[in-house]
Amino acid sequence: MGTAIALKGVQKVYKANRRRQSPEVKAVDDVSLEVNRGEFFGLLGPNGAGKTTTLGILTTRVLPTGGVALIEGLDIARAPVAVKQRIGVVAQVNNLDRNLTARENLLFHARYFGVPKIEREQRADRLLARFELEGRANEKPDAYSGGMAQRLKIARALMHEPAILFLDEPTSGLDPQARRTLWELLIELNKSGQTTFLTTHNMEEADQLCGRVAIMDKGKLLAVDTPAKLKQGVPGGYLIELRGRAPEATTLALASMLRTLPEVVEVSVTDDLFRLYAGHAEGLLAKAMHLASAQGVMITNAHVAEPSLENLFLHLTGRSLEQ
Amino acid sequence: MNTTTMVALLHRDLLVARREIPTFMMRVGLQPLLFTFIFGFVMPRQGLVVHNYTNLLLPGILALSITLSGMQAVALPLVLEFGFTKEIEDRLLAPISISGLALEKIFVGVIQAIIAGLIVLPLAWLLMGRALDLRVVDPFLLIAVSLLSSWLFSALGLLIGTMAGPQQVGLMLNLLLSPMIFFGCTYYPWAMLAVIPWFQIAVLINPLVYASEGFRAALTPDLPHMPLWLILGSLFGFCIFFTWLGLRSFKKRAID
Repeated sequence: MGTAIALKGVQKVYKANRRRQSPEVKAVDDVSLEVNRGEFFGLLGPNGAGKTTTLGILTTRVLPTGGVALIEGLDIARAPVAVKQRIGVVAQVNNLDRNLTARENLLFHARYFGVPKIEREQRADRLLARFELEGRANEKPDAYSGGMAQRLKIARALMHEPAILFLDEPTSGLDPQARRTLWELLIELNKSGQTTFLTTHNMEEADQLCGRVAIMDKGKLLAVDTPAKLKQGVPGGYLIELRGRAPEATTLALASMLRTLPEVVEVSVTDDLFRLYAGHAEGLLAKAMHLASAQGVMITNAHVAEPSLENLFLHLTGRSLEQ
Repeated sequence: MNTTTMVALLHRDLLVARREIPTFMMRVGLQPLLFTFIFGFVMPRQGLVVHNYTNLLLPGILALSITLSGMQAVALPLVLEFGFTKEIEDRLLAPISISGLALEKIFVGVIQAIIAGLIVLPLAWLLMGRALDLRVVDPFLLIAVSLLSSWLFSALGLLIGTMAGPQQVGLMLNLLLSPMIFFGCTYYPWAMLAVIPWFQIAVLINPLVYASEGFRAALTPDLPHMPLWLILGSLFGFCIFFTWLGLRSFKKRAID
């Protein structure tokens, strides 16, 4: 084992800009975190949570305004070149070199890192085969599908055998099949020992891939643990959502009645949405609907959700990840 | 400085430039060749310009092609890579300092500018033919002027390429290049501006003046030109100034 990534009270504050009329923004607000070698770690949060800024700090592209960030024990702000030697980065946008063929993309990347000729050619061939790109290796990547471009970007990031692989929203914009393929690939890589750090706003992605997940919102870390333990953090585990409009007094009365139902741990109301956190969902929906109609509240929509990271995020912030 | 990385980056940029030789030739050669044709071939035959005007013109044309190619070789790819394709990101993650990467961009500009000069010089010579009387007394002066001019305008290209977005770069180059070319002593020698004293002083802020006069001093030493100390000193000063500004702007763009 050993620590691969360490963040200690890291901050990134963008000062207010009068000319652009932008207020002061704390993109990353006092984040502390440790990731061990060999881990598959996920940073989960909605768009604008500060995930990409955090990744930028870890990959030398963003200078923190406070705190210390270490990669393999090296201070990123002080030794960026040594840090760059140790990391491979897959950005969210397609930043492949459009003037080079796919194979050249890999070979030149390895040359930047001083990988000797024979070795880089062997590695390129191996990665192209493994990522099923060898058939179109001598094409420029402009005509690649989203999934292929993403696979090539990952292959490129692996060409210098980095200690840590960083991926920013690796499957956003991919169709479900390409997403599956990529997930399998990333799991396989991690199994072979590749320390991996990814950001995502897709809770399924975090749940399926990551050994540990940090939940981030508005620049702050809200929780860090294994997906299983995080899901246990949702009161009860199950979530029942009911939508129905009624006068405020009726709504409050219904909410307090819902709290008395067996297995219900917590009830929250926002506007016309009732959220019931419960230890068990079976039969509860029918009981809740019955109570509602007895109170004269017309339920227009009902939804039962299993324990999930999405529920946890909802519980922690009152907002959905997709919002 | 990491030389392996630097060489690999240079190799990548030159490989890409080589694949674009036709566009490179047009970008670099078209304007100087048209000028050479009209001023150096057509007008002398019409008797509109004096016969040895071509001797004054050729150094200016050479300075101009180096200016255009150096600036564009650096600025245009950078504008796209920073603002549009984000391709620069992979190279920003290469194990080299940000200044090292920026200097590499200047080197690429210098190489392309020198190549442009080597293409334009013999072509212009061919077109102007008999009338031309070039005399290189001091080859080191020619080399020094070529290198300094190439560096100067590549560094200026770095500054423009990191300051301008894809939407503004066309306008920016137009606004900058037109006055720079017309006030750059490319088509007339600086010494003869003595007829309009205020103008002779005003053009001194234009770095192209020193490149044009530098090539006059190196290729046609017998014709009137600026004193050497002023030429070389100013070229060198502008090099330092634009390199400093360019590196600063590059870093600002590369790191948040």
